[in-house]
Amino acid sequence: MTRYVMVIDTLTCIGCGDCVIACKTENKVPAGLNRDWVVEETQGRYPNLSTEFRSERCNHCAHATCVTACPTGASHYWRDSNIVLVDPNLCTGCKACIAGCPYNARLIMHPQGYIDKCTFCVHRVERGLDPACVSTCPTHCMYFGVLDEPNSIVSRLLRTRKYKTLMPETGNDPNVYYLV
Amino acid sequence: MDRREFIKLAGTLAGGAVVGPALLNGCSTAPPPPGSGEVKTTPTICDICFWKCAALVHTEDGRPWKVTGHPEDLHSGGRLCTRGTGGLGAYLDRDRLKRPLLRVDKGGKQRFEPVSWDEALGFIAQRMQAIAEKHGPDRMALFSHGASGAHFRHLLRAYGCESFAEASFAQCRGPREVAFYLTFGETLGGQDRTDMAHSRCIVLLGYHLGENLHNAQVQTFAQAMRNGATIITVDPRFSVAASKSTHWLAIKPGTDLALLLTWINVIISEGLYDKSYVQQHTQGFEQLAAHVRTHTPEWAYLETGIDPNRIYTTAREMAKAAPATLVHPGRHVSWYGDDTQRERAIAILNALLGSWGCKGGFYNPETVALPKYPLPPYPKPASTWEAAHAGRYPMAYTGVTNALIEHSIGPDAHYRAWIVSGTNLPLSVPGIGKSLQQAADSLDLIVAVDIIPSEVTGYADVILPECTYLERYDDLRNAPERRPSLALRMPAFEPKYDSKPGWWICRELGLRLGLKKYFPWKDYTEVLDWQLKQVGSSLQEMQRLGVKNFPRQTPLYLVEGQGIEYPTLSGKIELYSTELKELGFDPLPRYTAPVRAPAGHLRLIYGRAPAHTFGRTSNNPMLFELMPENILWVHPLVAAEQGLKSGDYVRLKNQDGVTSLPIRVRVTERIRPDSVFMAHGFGHTSRNLRLTYGVGANDASLLTHIKTDPIMGATGMRSNFVTLGKMEA
Repeated sequence: MTRYVMVIDTLTCIGCGDCVIACKTENKVPAGLNRDWVVEETQGRYPNLSTEFRSERCNHCAHATCVTACPTGASHYWRDSNIVLVDPNLCTGCKACIAGCPYNARLIMHPQGYIDKCTFCVHRVERGLDPACVSTCPTHCMYFGVLDEPNSIVSRLLRTRKYKTLMPETGNDPNVYYLV
Repeated sequence: MDRREFIKLAGTLAGGAVVGPALLNGCSTAPPPPGSGEVKTTPTICDICFWKCAALVHTEDGRPWKVTGHPEDLHSGGRLCTRGTGGLGAYLDRDRLKRPLLRVDKGGKQRFEPVSWDEALGFIAQRMQAIAEKHGPDRMALFSHGASGAHFRHLLRAYGCESFAEASFAQCRGPREVAFYLTFGETLGGQDRTDMAHSRCIVLLGYHLGENLHNAQVQTFAQAMRNGATIITVDPRFSVAASKSTHWLAIKPGTDLALLLTWINVIISEGLYDKSYVQQHTQGFEQLAAHVRTHTPEWAYLETGIDPNRIYTTAREMAKAAPATLVHPGRHVSWYGDDTQRERAIAILNALLGSWGCKGGFYNPETVALPKYPLPPYPKPASTWEAAHAGRYPMAYTGVTNALIEHSIGPDAHYRAWIVSGTNLPLSVPGIGKSLQQAADSLDLIVAVDIIPSEVTGYADVILPECTYLERYDDLRNAPERRPSLALRMPAFEPKYDSKPGWWICRELGLRLGLKKYFPWKDYTEVLDWQLKQVGSSLQEMQRLGVKNFPRQTPLYLVEGQGIEYPTLSGKIELYSTELKELGFDPLPRYTAPVRAPAGHLRLIYGRAPAHTFGRTSNNPMLFELMPENILWVHPLVAAEQGLKSGDYVRLKNQDGVTSLPIRVRVTERIRPDSVFMAHGFGHTSRNLRLTYGVGANDASLLTHIKTDPIMGATGMRSNFVTLGKMEA
């Protein structure tokens, strides 16, 4: 299996939302919906504070509960990888995947009646490009690549920097990493 | 116990909500992958803010798809910011001005009626002719912001007028431009000439980089973070930049100059300054040393509230990294009425650290030697913007908006007419509600040229709908950069509705005013092609390339041992300003304590948000979705005292009794308990801006206490105080 991962450096992320707009325009996401979003988390008391910004999206889990939960096979892995896609032709809009996703209902209903989500911009990845969010980020805080390749930028970053994933305890094996 | 504040910032409208029809059967067909149709790209220069990034507009099967940064462009490094990425929203905004509108009086009631371009332009030309005959052509004023301003300046100069003002001077960057000019003999210019990618220490005073998204600034700031630079942020608010900093100095608002003078004192008294640089390039060191002697960190503690040890530490860190230490001049710096002097202290500090002209400090920018299209000389106007300053603001090098407005009021006012191009005066100039109405009552003509029905259009006699940057040609971009570079804006789409490019509007007006010799071309492409051919390119080549970079002719940095004559009065970097001395101002910056808050009041601090360029974009549907309203930051102690929680709405009332529209409260530790903060650019009152009408509060309306900088006329806007009035649910 090819393991595509996204690595996001929270130390340089400024929470500007460029990734959100870039995704929306690139993927023609309908008005009012988003496939990615930004979270701000502040801890401490004035003036001893820390604030972390995180650009979040589908984690393209290696053990994706949404794929298991899908009764029609619409939620599936792209080729032999961890990229989770939804086939609109097979999706009935039953929302089992939404219930099954531990990342708090992060899938959205497309007005056309199917579940829509981040695709890691697979149409770009196929052409050797980074996802739209990664290639537009003005702080260059986002990285994309194949974890199985030891010299990829993502492998090097995860070897040399401290990182976390969101809710690893679910066993879903998420593939969006946050450098901290 | 730690408090944890968890906020979903962007994408609030999605939030996993299930919207739209839930169809029972899988009946949809997969849309084709984006970009699988016929994709075309057209070069442009973004006009969503004024950083002027070169970009590519992508269409797919003839439909607008996306805008991305131009890979060859130094302003953007191939990446647009949030707002630029959402640039298509300006084109798609359904509330755009669609056709020329003329104010008519129907049965004692005034309203706007759609008219033809011919009628609108004929009306304007007739009024302008009458003003020229009766009062002289110099008695008009132009307020502009953005690329179109150049076309209107050309038209008015040809007509015999040179009274121009931009909010980017007196309401924004003016003080730093003047201060650096006084110190180094050169202004900073629109692109800042900061070399942050190589800085080892960056000092930001009230400059909230990251919320302020000037593209290359953010990119080089992030590069500095990755390089492990020491970042020192001075801000009453835990800004995004503060959250990335090694040192956050949560300063008492209004005391920045006290801190700067103290840093200067520590650096001088501990002998940490760059001695050979100071000796070789500067003058006035002895006077400076004597001037700052009493400004000890212990003294500064009482003024600024900053622990003296941290003042010592940060001063030493700055010196350690010098000359790769950048004390950033900031962008919006018209705060307290002594802003030129505060910026002078920043310039002086940079000079002591030897960073001006050095790697990691300020580089020497270069432009392309691009000739102007040959035209006859302009007539000499009988008066210029200086008439409005009436002997005040001797260092202003362009008009001060407020002064021009003041001189437009009353039957004998100097100005008789205005052209307002892309400048929404009620939201961008502080506290002018009343004077704007008075000016409108006095003037013979107000022409508003805009893309959207901004508030200022409501004061106009004629409203001209300009097309967006995506639908027009403009001047070539030849901004000072690390490398000389030209960029082209060309239309990606036909102008929507009955909108027209600025150059076309000005030429048509010029012809009607008998100024044909200043508009000998039929189409602006002729001007661009002629200019490009003078530098070995052509319009055809630029339509293909979009951006063309040229080799540098001069060194990027100061060459060691090479003597330099600075374009100042003394030929040296002026730590002690002989020019200010001659003009009767303090030759060295002098600190005065800020105005105190009236009892029970909080200081109003405003700033930028990364999703918007002030009120220009608040109705852009893409950016609106990302940030639909501005929010008031309130410290938990204040919130507890006033019974407020996040999500409540309050009205702000300032010290002069001016009340705002309701604004949503965010209770956060990220603000000092003596201040509140909001993003600028909301609180629109124009009903025709259907998305943003009535949403959020307008800080500019609350800024009625203005301290004007006597040196150059900047309007100090940070001396306003508010109380919060909770809205009952």
